[in-house]
Amino acid sequence: MLEQVLIAGFGGQGVLFIGQLLAYAGLKEGLEVLWLPSYGPEMRGGTANCISIISTDKIWSPIVPRPKSLIAMNWPSLDKFEPKVVPDGVLVANSSLIERDIQRHDLRAYAVPASGVAQDLGNVRVSNMVALGAYVGATGVVSSEAVLSSLIKMLGDRKASLVDVNASAFRRGYEMTVGSRGQSNKVDIH
Amino acid sequence: MSEKVLMKGNEALSEAAIRAGCRHFFGYPITPSSEILEYLAFRLPQIGGTFLQSESEVAAINMVYGAAAAGARVMTASSSPGVSLMQEGISYAAAAELPCLVVNVTRASPGLGRIPPAQSDYWQATRGGGHGDYHLIVLAPFSVQEMADLTILAFDLADKYRNPAMILADGMLGQMMEPLEWGNQPQDPPVKEWSVSRTESRDRRLILAAPISDEGLLELNCHLVEKYARAREDEQRWQSYLVDDAETIVVAYGTAARISAEAIESLRKKGHRAGLIRPISLWPFPAKAFAGIETTAGSCLVVEMSSGQMVDDVRLAVNGRIPVRGMGLGGGWIPTPEMVEEEILKS
Repeated sequence: MLEQVLIAGFGGQGVLFIGQLLAYAGLKEGLEVLWLPSYGPEMRGGTANCISIISTDKIWSPIVPRPKSLIAMNWPSLDKFEPKVVPDGVLVANSSLIERDIQRHDLRAYAVPASGVAQDLGNVRVSNMVALGAYVGATGVVSSEAVLSSLIKMLGDRKASLVDVNASAFRRGYEMTVGSRGQSNKVDIH
Repeated sequence: MSEKVLMKGNEALSEAAIRAGCRHFFGYPITPSSEILEYLAFRLPQIGGTFLQSESEVAAINMVYGAAAAGARVMTASSSPGVSLMQEGISYAAAAELPCLVVNVTRASPGLGRIPPAQSDYWQATRGGGHGDYHLIVLAPFSVQEMADLTILAFDLADKYRNPAMILADGMLGQMMEPLEWGNQPQDPPVKEWSVSRTESRDRRLILAAPISDEGLLELNCHLVEKYARAREDEQRWQSYLVDDAETIVVAYGTAARISAEAIESLRKKGHRAGLIRPISLWPFPAKAFAGIETTAGSCLVVEMSSGQMVDDVRLAVNGRIPVRGMGLGGGWIPTPEMVEEEILKS
């Protein structure tokens, strides 16, 4: 198994965080992992993206010209990276902020209203966890238990009060897609 | 062994320095090495160490010089233009035989450059970099684990040879996170009998960057030559991967080696016999790795994220036995595994 997921959005949407969380969860499952942020002079509110690689075998190249999956948290990220995903890859798009259809027909695509769900939960900042939940539900690359226990570890004592809302957001996303795991059609979630 | 942790390369390097007994850091921030300063700025005060952000790189390397003369394990970290500013001080430290660690998490291109990964400081690192006839011991990590392990080794080798050592990495190795296993706690650094500290029990001692006579200067240079010869004999380090039956041997270090290994794995699955020699010590260059390669290999391909620097050393090591060609460009060019595959197939 070799999974390479590109996670992209605005700075502040927590894309680097869920990329790291996924790597921690992979490590917890005994898998090889690598996390690489796009680093550079970015402004607050600018774009941010990272790549997380999870594999049963040794990971050699950190360079991923064409990812197997994409989590697009905003419109510019979908525009930029949708064409790069390999055929039959997985796409999770934050439909709350992207007012267009997913164009690729050769992907397992999920339009997930991540920001809307997060708002319902009372904290729009956990939209990243909704999207991560949807992605993990759709792919099963790691277990939800590994994500949730890694979440507690990553947030630590200082941010322990945020575990519940993050975990709820993850579960909401997970439940939206887990039923369709392995299916190859496009899924719109409203 | 301990549990695996996930760390950024720059942070792993910094924590490894602490584990190696380094308690003194002097430096000036520059991307993509800044996390080293950031990390040590909070960690060193916790354990009674000294973190000092100097007014410039020139000042930083001279503070390193002073602490090294006093017998401390000491380091600085910077990125290409900052390391250029340090060259005078590094040359002085080589002449005064002061062990210290200089980390270069490089930038790309001459001048200010930009921050994508690159390997265009190979010549500067392996040829001394400053004026005079000297070498640094240069180690090139290719994973987060090695960012830690080679840092500890670099401190040990610096002390063993009383010589400045360098870690040559790039922004990708500095920024990426990978699992890391901490080995056993390294032994305490040696007490340095030659240092200028602890004068209460003996006479004053001088460490000079230049002896005060012509004869003395020649004697120093003869000694350095002998020291470098010993290091060349004993400290060549490399990894050979799938080379025993390889028709094409790729030579690459650091990030380029990661990408090349992926290309080699992919070609092996398709029945092509390619292998990798990965220099870990860039100086001394692991010439021994190339002994007898002509018995199976038809050619060498050197993959570098520069317009061709290490290829010189590979040609010297291969000495015309088989053809050596280079592939690479500076300025932030990153080969994909597919590009390396295509180039190997042209052999």
